Amino acid sequence: MSNAMLTIDDLHVAYGKSEVLHGLNLSLAKNEIIALMGRNGMGKTTLMKALIGLLPSLRGTMKVDDLDITKLKSYQRVAGGVAYVPQGRMIFSSMTVEENIETGMAKSSKSSILTGIYELFPVLLEMRKRRGGNLSGGQQQQLAIARALASEPKVLLLDEPTEGIQPSIIREMARTLKRIRDERGLSILVSEQVLSFALDIADRVLVIENGEIVHEESGAEIDGAKISRFLSV
Amino acid sequence: MLGGYTFTDLGSIFVMQGFAGLILFSVFVLMALGLAIIFGQMGVINMAHGEFMILGAYVTYLTSTFFQAHLPGLFSIYFFVAIVLAFIASGIMGLIVEYVLIRHLYNRPLDTLLATWGLSLILQQAYRTIFGAREVGVELPQWMLGSWHATESIEIPINGMIIMALTILITIGVGFLMYKSRWGKNVRAVVQNRAIAGAVGIDTEKVDRYTFGIGCGIAGIAGAAFTMIGSTGPTSGQLYIVNAFLIVVFGGAQSLLGTIASAFTISQTQSTLEFFLSGSMAAVITLLAVVGLLMLRPQGLFTLKVRR
Ligand SMILES: Nc1ncnc2c1ncn2[C@@H]1O[C@H](COP(=O)(O)OP(=O)(O)OP(=O)(O)O)[C@@H](O)[C@H]1O
Ligand SMILES: [Mg+2]
Repeated sequence: MSNAMLTIDDLHVAYGKSEVLHGLNLSLAKNEIIALMGRNGMGKTTLMKALIGLLPSLRGTMKVDDLDITKLKSYQRVAGGVAYVPQGRMIFSSMTVEENIETGMAKSSKSSILTGIYELFPVLLEMRKRRGGNLSGGQQQQLAIARALASEPKVLLLDEPTEGIQPSIIREMARTLKRIRDERGLSILVSEQVLSFALDIADRVLVIENGEIVHEESGAEIDGAKISRFLSV
Repeated sequence: MLGGYTFTDLGSIFVMQGFAGLILFSVFVLMALGLAIIFGQMGVINMAHGEFMILGAYVTYLTSTFFQAHLPGLFSIYFFVAIVLAFIASGIMGLIVEYVLIRHLYNRPLDTLLATWGLSLILQQAYRTIFGAREVGVELPQWMLGSWHATESIEIPINGMIIMALTILITIGVGFLMYKSRWGKNVRAVVQNRAIAGAVGIDTEKVDRYTFGIGCGIAGIAGAAFTMIGSTGPTSGQLYIVNAFLIVVFGGAQSLLGTIASAFTISQTQSTLEFFLSGSMAAVITLLAVVGLLMLRPQGLFTLKVRR
C-alpha cells in the first residue's frame, strides 16, 4: 500500500530473553482506524510501547509515512508524527489540565492548538486550572488523548482507552475519535478488549494472540461473533 | 533578668543577628535550591555540589584580582560581573559533568552518590593544584562594606542586603522558570514520569543536562556570595554541603517554598543561637530540632496534596 501512514515489518520485541512479539507485520493506511483486539497478556501494550520507543525492538522496522522510526528516541518519534495514549492514562497528576496538554505541544505553544482541543473536549476547558490528578478517570482519559493530539500527530496510538470507563462515555469517546479522524485526517491504531467499541469505530479489526496477528476482518461486514470467539477462552 | 539584656536589647540582638545571618542564609538558599532542583529532577544526590560552589568562589576571587590589576576604575562593580561569570563557569562545568559522568548513572542512586563524591575529591585536588592550598580572600569595594543604621541600636550590613536582594531575585527567577516557563513545564513532566514525558515528545536527556547545569550554576552564585563571609580554600565547600542537604530534606525536595522556608529556619536559628551559645552548640541544637521535626513530618515541611 503506498498511502500507508504506519508500516510495521517483521517486528520482534522481547523482555530480556522472553520474546513477546515474534515478527509482527501491520500496515495502517491514511485515515484508517484499526482496532487491535486480544486477551490479557497477548502483547498489545508491548506493541504500543515498541512503536513509541519505550521498548527497544530486536529486529524489524517501523515507519511513519516515509520516516524510519526504528532507531529514533521517543521524542523524535513524536516529532516524526506519532502520538501515544498509554494504558492507564498516565497523565501528569500534579500539573494542571492545561499544563498537561502543553507538555504535548513539542515546538510552538500555538494557542490555536489549545482552542481546537478544548472544542473537542469541552469538559477540559472547564477544568483547565485543576490538577490532573484530581480529575475523574473518564476525564483523565480525555486529557491523555488531548495531550497526545497537542503534538498534531499523523498517527495516534491508543492503548485500551476504554479500560475502566462507563458505557455512555465509551460511546462518546468513539464519536470523538471518529470526528478527530475525519477532521484531521488522522490514522488511528487502538488496542481494545471491548468488542462493541471496536466494531463501532474500526475500519479493520485485527486479533493478536501470543504476539502474532492471527485474524483480520475489514469492511462493512465485520463478523463480531467470530472475533468474540477469539477473545473468549 | 534575661541574662542582663533588656527587652529592647534582645529585640535588637534578634534583628541584628538575623541580618548578620543574611549572607549565610543566602548561601544556604542558593546551595539548597541547586541541590533540590537536581535531586527533584533526576534523583541525583550531588555530593560535589560544594565544589561547584567553590568554583564560583574562585571565579569571584579571580575576577576581583583581575579588576584590581587591570580595571581599578571599575572595581566597585566587579562583584556583579563575578556573579555572572561564576554562574557561567559552574554551569558549564555542570553540563560537562552531566554529559561525561551523571547521565550514565541514572537510576543508580548509590553509584551517583559514590561517583559525585569521587568527583568532589578530584575537584578539591584540582583546586589545590591550580590555586594552591592557601585560602584566598577577596577585597570588597568600599561602598559595600558600610552598614545602614536602621535605628540607634540596629545596624544592617550593606553587602548582606545586596546578597539578600540577589537571592530573592534568583529565587523568583527559578520559581518563574519552573512554574511559568515552557522549560519548567517540561522539567516537572520529567520529574513526574520520565518515560511518559519522552513519549509525549519531551527531549528528556536535554532537560536533564540543562537542569543539572542550572543547578550547578546557582551553586556558583552561592560561591560568589560565600566570598563575603569566608575565605576560599580547596575544601571550603565541604562545610556547607551537609547543611544544604539538611535544608533540602527538611523543606521537602519537591517544593521551592519549602526550601526557602527551611533555609530561613535553619540559618536563622543557627545565627541567633550563635550569639548566646558557642557555634558548635548552636549547630547541635539546630540539628536536633530538624531531626525532631522530621520525625514528626518525614515528608518535609511542604508537600503537594494530589491524588497519584
Ligand atoms: N516488563 C515486563 N517484563 C517481562 N515480561 C513482560 C513485561 N511486560 C509485559 N510482559 C509480558 O509480555 C506479554 C505481553 O504483555 P502486554 O502488556 O503487551 O499484554 P497486553 O496485551 O497489553 O495485556 P492487557 O490486555 O492485560 O493490557 C505478557 O505475557 C506479559 O507477561
Ligand atoms: Mg496492555
